[in-house]
Amino acid sequence: MNFEEHAAKPLLEAAGIAVPKGRLVTSAEEASSAAAELGASVIKAQVPAGKRGKAGGIAMADTPDEAAKAADAILAMEIGGHAVERLLVEERIAIAREFYAAVLNDASAKSPVVLFSTLGGMDIEDAAAEDPRALKRCVVDIGEGFGQGEAERMLGGLDLGLGASGVAKTLVALYRLYRQRDAEMIEINPLALTEDGGLVALDCKFTLDDAAIPRQPDLAALGARERLSALEARGRELGLQYIELDGDVGVLANGAGLTMATMDAVRHFGGRPANFLEVGGQAYTLAKSALELALANPRVKSLVVNFCGAFARTDVMTEGVVTAWEELKPAIPVFFSIHGTGEEEAVALLRSRLGMEPFDLMDDAIKAAIEAAR
Amino acid sequence: MIVRAADRVLVQGITGTQGTFWSQQMIAYGTRIVGGVNPKKAGTEHLGLPVYASAAEAAKDRGFEVAVMFVPPMAARAAALDAIEAGAKLLVVLTEHIPVQDVIELIAAAAAAGTRVIGPNTAGLVTPGECFVGIMPAFNANLHRPGRIGVISRSGSLGALICLNLVRAGLGQSAYIGVGGDAILGTTTRDALEAFEDDAGTDGVMMVGEIGGTAEEDAAEYAAAMKKPVIGFIAGAVAPEGRRMGHAGAIVMGDKGTYRSKRAALERAGVRVLDAPTEAGAAFAAALDS
Repeated sequence: MNFEEHAAKPLLEAAGIAVPKGRLVTSAEEASSAAAELGASVIKAQVPAGKRGKAGGIAMADTPDEAAKAADAILAMEIGGHAVERLLVEERIAIAREFYAAVLNDASAKSPVVLFSTLGGMDIEDAAAEDPRALKRCVVDIGEGFGQGEAERMLGGLDLGLGASGVAKTLVALYRLYRQRDAEMIEINPLALTEDGGLVALDCKFTLDDAAIPRQPDLAALGARERLSALEARGRELGLQYIELDGDVGVLANGAGLTMATMDAVRHFGGRPANFLEVGGQAYTLAKSALELALANPRVKSLVVNFCGAFARTDVMTEGVVTAWEELKPAIPVFFSIHGTGEEEAVALLRSRLGMEPFDLMDDAIKAAIEAAR
Repeated sequence: MIVRAADRVLVQGITGTQGTFWSQQMIAYGTRIVGGVNPKKAGTEHLGLPVYASAAEAAKDRGFEVAVMFVPPMAARAAALDAIEAGAKLLVVLTEHIPVQDVIELIAAAAAAGTRVIGPNTAGLVTPGECFVGIMPAFNANLHRPGRIGVISRSGSLGALICLNLVRAGLGQSAYIGVGGDAILGTTTRDALEAFEDDAGTDGVMMVGEIGGTAEEDAAEYAAAMKKPVIGFIAGAVAPEGRRMGHAGAIVMGDKGTYRSKRAALERAGVRVLDAPTEAGAAFAAALDS
């Protein structure tokens, strides 16, 4: 779950990391009064997308009038596919240097990793390429944690000027926040060193581990809403994993791997998959809702149902699909391939209630579906 | 990580619906389940087996080598640490959606204690003709038959389909290792390749992967130096960027974890990558002949 900058910054503040004074506004008038309070300001689009600056979503304003004009312009924009509806108006900070700080999960290391670079204010990959020695990386032993000692050791060799002890403290606080809030990633870019040696987080990206949402309910309520199509949103409500693509051969399968492989096979044999939709795991009793969802896409001209039961019982899933088929009486043709736990019962169901014969090979079911969609 | 009929297995969460059904299947197939865990039913019997309050108690009373978890996400960390502290040699974590920091913690604890973790988010392990631990349909002879191909998979359903295709071609499995669909795993595809390279009962290895992460690239590095033939299949070629395709680990971020990168790495290492799961049988027939 991603968090917009204005929702992430209070988390930093609560963790003891300074952020600029700011107001969340939704209109030019509000931007103007915020700027009147704050003085010279920065107007920033609030969308869960990167590269806002490049897109023109960040502007400076010296007066309330300029703030209002900038707000008008930015509120009319769409950045990374998100319409800008909110702005953060912040006081401008006198910056001496810009650093980069982050804590994130590293799959290869199977550990949290703390990153710091003296090349802040730019993409971290570009920074790493530009000057590898300016980037420090510490793989954390989660049992030992990351304290002042680890932080100072990590930063050794870097010339941080007035910021030396402050940066170590900031990294320790950032790691503690990562742990307390089940973050997948927290990134401060730039972490500004002010002229008097203070450290201020000028931007913050925070991603909450979706699996931890049940134990972080207050935090989860503040997250950015994911951009989903109408059908995808419906899928979420139904407890189904549904992702819309632009093809015309619908796919319904059990298990993420099998579903992906079925979509791949549709393209491999010359068709265009319409969606990802899987009913494995806990969702295998939801085959009826799944079928309705797959068919609700008007672009779908044929459907492939591919069940290979490992954990999921193919007869239960098939019963769901068959029941839905009898109720919905869809006009489009469906092509089945069924193997695994409960397959005899599943095949019998298909024959007796739909008068259909499943294809033995998934390839043949897919080829038939592609042909039918033409 | 290849389970054997002699391995004593403890089922954490044995009294639940899934725990009960799959324990019955495992026992019928030949798995040596010695007991289960449910603190609320400690001291009772279930399926004719003792139910303990904890893995620690089970270790004291009876002893076990393998623990398998039928435990919900928020209770998984505690159950895993219990099994690890009780001395489990192998811990099979079936659970999906465990908070990632909990997973990191349990993997670190396991590493320190010498416990091998399989998963999380795995359908488990199968040694056809001997035993299985988890929720793969080992008893379905269309899918699992004894043989000499080692199968490694990040997906249970796709792994099952691949096994089906191998059996159709007359090729059984020496073992099936479900490494799991999460981003951070106790045992990687590369680890499993090593196990099969060292296994006298395995002649060739089928690795079933998917987009996201670096499992296939890391595996390719090891595969390049292997003596036994390796064939691969990677799911998710059509996955759109930035979307999680069901599995937590199946996400392409920018140019990281792409199908192209994985296929290229494997092919450079001499691994043949199939275009479709149905090619598996013929591909191995060719590879084993040469």
